[in-house]
Amino acid sequence: MLGEGILKGLAETARNFAGSFVSADRLTTVQYPEQRIAPIEATRDFPFLVYDGADWEAGLRCVACQICEKECPPQCIYIVKSKDKKPDYVGKMQIYPARFDIDISVCMSCQICVEVCPFEAIKMDTEFELSTTDRFGGLLHDRKALAKSNEHYHKIHPTEASEVDARLAEEKAKAEAKAKAVAAAAAAKAAAPAGTPAAAPAKPAPSAIDAAVKPVAGETKA
Amino acid sequence: MISNADQIFVLLQHWLVSFLPAALQPVAAVLLSVVGIVAVFPTLFALAVWMERKGLGRIQNRLGPNRVGPFGLLQPIADGIKSLTKEDIVPLSADAVVHFMAPVVLVVVVFMGIAVLPIGRNMTLVSMDSGLLFFFAMGASTELSVFMAGWSSRNKYSLLGAMRGVAQMISYEVPLLMSSVAVVMITGSLSLDKIVAAQNQYTSGLPHWYIFTPWGLAGFVMFAIAATAETNRSPFDLPEGESELVAGYFTEYSGFKFALFFLGEYVGMLSISGLGTTLFLGGWSAPLSILGVVPSWIWFFAKVMLSICVFIWVRGTLPRMRQDQLMNFAWKFVLPLTLLNLFVAALWRILGDGWQRWVVCSAILLLAYGLMARIGMYREHIGPRKYRYAE
Repeated sequence: MLGEGILKGLAETARNFAGSFVSADRLTTVQYPEQRIAPIEATRDFPFLVYDGADWEAGLRCVACQICEKECPPQCIYIVKSKDKKPDYVGKMQIYPARFDIDISVCMSCQICVEVCPFEAIKMDTEFELSTTDRFGGLLHDRKALAKSNEHYHKIHPTEASEVDARLAEEKAKAEAKAKAVAAAAAAKAAAPAGTPAAAPAKPAPSAIDAAVKPVAGETKA
Repeated sequence: MISNADQIFVLLQHWLVSFLPAALQPVAAVLLSVVGIVAVFPTLFALAVWMERKGLGRIQNRLGPNRVGPFGLLQPIADGIKSLTKEDIVPLSADAVVHFMAPVVLVVVVFMGIAVLPIGRNMTLVSMDSGLLFFFAMGASTELSVFMAGWSSRNKYSLLGAMRGVAQMISYEVPLLMSSVAVVMITGSLSLDKIVAAQNQYTSGLPHWYIFTPWGLAGFVMFAIAATAETNRSPFDLPEGESELVAGYFTEYSGFKFALFFLGEYVGMLSISGLGTTLFLGGWSAPLSILGVVPSWIWFFAKVMLSICVFIWVRGTLPRMRQDQLMNFAWKFVLPLTLLNLFVAALWRILGDGWQRWVVCSAILLLAYGLMARIGMYREHIGPRKYRYAE
């Protein structure tokens, strides 16, 4: 019969209308600023820079390799390399970003920067309350605004952060073992022919670290 | 029978006017009524918007607006302030004069229609002998505004929306008029006051509303369908289909001009509900003779707001129609049935009092409804779509 479907539909909406007053579990609305639900672990919006330790400037993992800057599809990252160097997490001297800006009004949250980073230095944040009254400066985050501690990373993406930490610890251990072996070999070498200069044990350490870090970089690039 | 509460506004008007010199009194009386109408209907508009947003929310298991004021009741006021403070943008290539005139024409025309509605006992602003005709003349003028808006904006969406709007409104104007003509045939008058007076009679406590007759019920259903299409409401909201045409004919409107379109649309809804109430639901007459103690204007506005609730309910239920479905429905189903309804109304009058006319008229209408549903609608491929090439 013509119109039967319409009546059925009207009954359905009437049931929903009345039901929303009776049963609270029908209403899925979260009263946002007052009520909040924790974001799910896979949430991501904009990138941030991870730092270890207490000092954000000293602990930044980023070595200003500019891979993310080059890979970024909307080109929202701007990096200026530093002139001097500072030690990274394994103790190797690395350059660091003197400027690291991300324009989050341009960023499309694609996570490509995170995927290409060989140093686990850039990760995706879950902070979404980024509204600002300044649409240019307020949305251009510099490295201070972007720097967030590893603890923060652990808090927002626990599983992922633990994996990253394990990987970094492994690399560090490997680098240390290698450095130790090289140092030991050098010491043995130095002990056997006593004529070699004393500067030898200090020298091989950087090259050993270099060797330890390189495969990681190669792997991500491929 | 006629209490003071019933006539409170009439008495108030007389009392206020009595302070003025006799020469000014007629003008002042009309102006007072106009002020009343212009104050009451936008208030009802605000209430209708609030009801709509709350009702649709509940239908979709949401809360609806609940931030501004208790239960979000002040939301329409907040919206009004917002639209007043917004920038009024006129596109560079738009015809500025016509672009400006369109919302004004809409609002003016819509309020003009209300002038002839009897909103209570002795409460018709202009008691015209051809009130119904005047109402339809004003109702048809809204198409002018729609087309002015669409044409002057120089925007493809606006123009498409206006084209759709005019096609739809003209198509549904015919069944709207035809379903009302049945009422005129029975009453023998185009005056809305007389139409209400004819329905304001009671047999053993029950009213003589036209909706309680076979032809009246059929006419009311047709009228409601046509009125929904006439006011561009869902499921006939093609002219402003936001998923296809941004906002249809008022795409290029912002700020208070947009608010005026919004106002015009809702007041149009209120006025056409008022007309439907007047024609079929007994206007300001009480649903039971013992309820006659309640002021007549309360009954009128209660019926109008009830119709608005039905509008909202239907909007929350039905998806938008396709343009061809819309036209098929108007010309192949609604119009033939309204024409038949005219014949049935004539038969109702000829057969005189007695049970025979109930049986005959109901039988004809039911049969026609069944047949029309079969031949008028079902022969068209309305149903699962068949693809000839893309399999």
